[in-house]
Amino acid sequence: MMSTRALPSLRRTAFNPAFFRSHAGLRMVVPKRALKTQSMPPSAMTEILNKQRLNRPSSPHMTIYQPQLTWIASIANRFTGVGLSVLLYGFSLAYLVAPGTFDSAHIIEFVAGLPDGVKYAGKAILAAPFTFHSFNGLRHLGWDMGKFLSVKSAYSTGYVVLGATALSTAYLTFM
Amino acid sequence: MSFLLPTTSASLSGVLRRQSVRAFTSSARVAQAEPLQKPVLMKEFKVYRWNPDEPAKKPTLQSYKIDLNQTGPMILDALIKIKNEMDPTLTFRRSCREGICGSCAMNIDGQNTLACLCRIDRNPNKDSKIYPLPHMYIVKDLVPDLTLFYKQYKSIQPWLQNDNPPEKGTFLSLSPEDRKKLDGLYECILCACCSTSCPSYWWNQDEYLGPATLMQAYRWIADSRDTHGEERKERLQNEMSLYRCHTIFNCSRTCPKGLNPASAIANIKLELAAE
Repeated sequence: MMSTRALPSLRRTAFNPAFFRSHAGLRMVVPKRALKTQSMPPSAMTEILNKQRLNRPSSPHMTIYQPQLTWIASIANRFTGVGLSVLLYGFSLAYLVAPGTFDSAHIIEFVAGLPDGVKYAGKAILAAPFTFHSFNGLRHLGWDMGKFLSVKSAYSTGYVVLGATALSTAYLTFM
Repeated sequence: MSFLLPTTSASLSGVLRRQSVRAFTSSARVAQAEPLQKPVLMKEFKVYRWNPDEPAKKPTLQSYKIDLNQTGPMILDALIKIKNEMDPTLTFRRSCREGICGSCAMNIDGQNTLACLCRIDRNPNKDSKIYPLPHMYIVKDLVPDLTLFYKQYKSIQPWLQNDNPPEKGTFLSLSPEDRKKLDGLYECILCACCSTSCPSYWWNQDEYLGPATLMQAYRWIADSRDTHGEERKERLQNEMSLYRCHTIFNCSRTCPKGLNPASAIANIKLELAAE
């Protein structure tokens, strides 16, 4: 009972500025507020926000996302497509520029002179992207017709494409 | 381990009941039965940190080790425990803790999902990596800036538009078949997991609308009560808004609500192709 009644008066003393002024020692102990707030007009908000926005980092994406058949297959489709296009256009342009060097007869002659290992490796390197891109293209046509549009069938068709790619690559390599 | 607890307490209360019948021949040993002590199961969580007050400092992964047997079952429980007991500066969004608000969307162990719906992998030898949603500007730690995402959602005018509003006292009718078309579309909580899992959205989010917004666009195109479907489709009829979708399926794969944005987008493409 005594303590509860004593509290308000104590508090009054503690927060009374005159109390501190008269007690020089206490004034030393109680620190002054280090932080000062500053009044700003509401219009300053946008500028502060924009300044902050300039510093914001972009969160990591490709490097931390779990490798999944979905997007890895999509990236592979893009890369094989670009690779095959480069090969087609590169060869066509080369033939246009130097028809004497890049005609069929010269190429057959050049390949015939290569060792067997290089021949098989070259065939596999050409066959894998070609077959993958072709089969995956069929998968895309299916999607565009409104078929296989569930996660489960996206995966099963994906595995079918991978299997077909492996088989046909092996066939084309050892043909 | 957890199923042991109920059995122990049940047998304990049985003992106590029997005791009360046997009058007051107290058996202090039973009354002071030791509570079941679970073994300590420490697991490491690596959490993405970035503080806007120190913008020059590069984002880092900070490691926290907590006892899984003193933590709830979900990743969100772990984050709340870390914030409460270890590091109050860790910042993340959370609200409902039951997968309906979409606040705690983040990238957990490489997949976008809601922290409140994602169980902690109890293997103590494997750490759990927690990043914010991928390829977004970061406000702080696990909090991404979703301003653009919401702007894109607003741009598709996500409300019912009908030029012949029903007279007072009546309502627009919706047949059970037409209502069925909206299932799997209207349940979206806009957590942004799908959009930020989409590589196309990573590279082109300034122009490509992204799966979440496009699925909502389809939700209004598919609604039989909405008469502005043509205008809605017209707005998507350009190179960037819709056609940056390359049917990658990351969106449907990651959706914490089990929805299928990829299918909704494919349906929009089909409808646009039929025109």
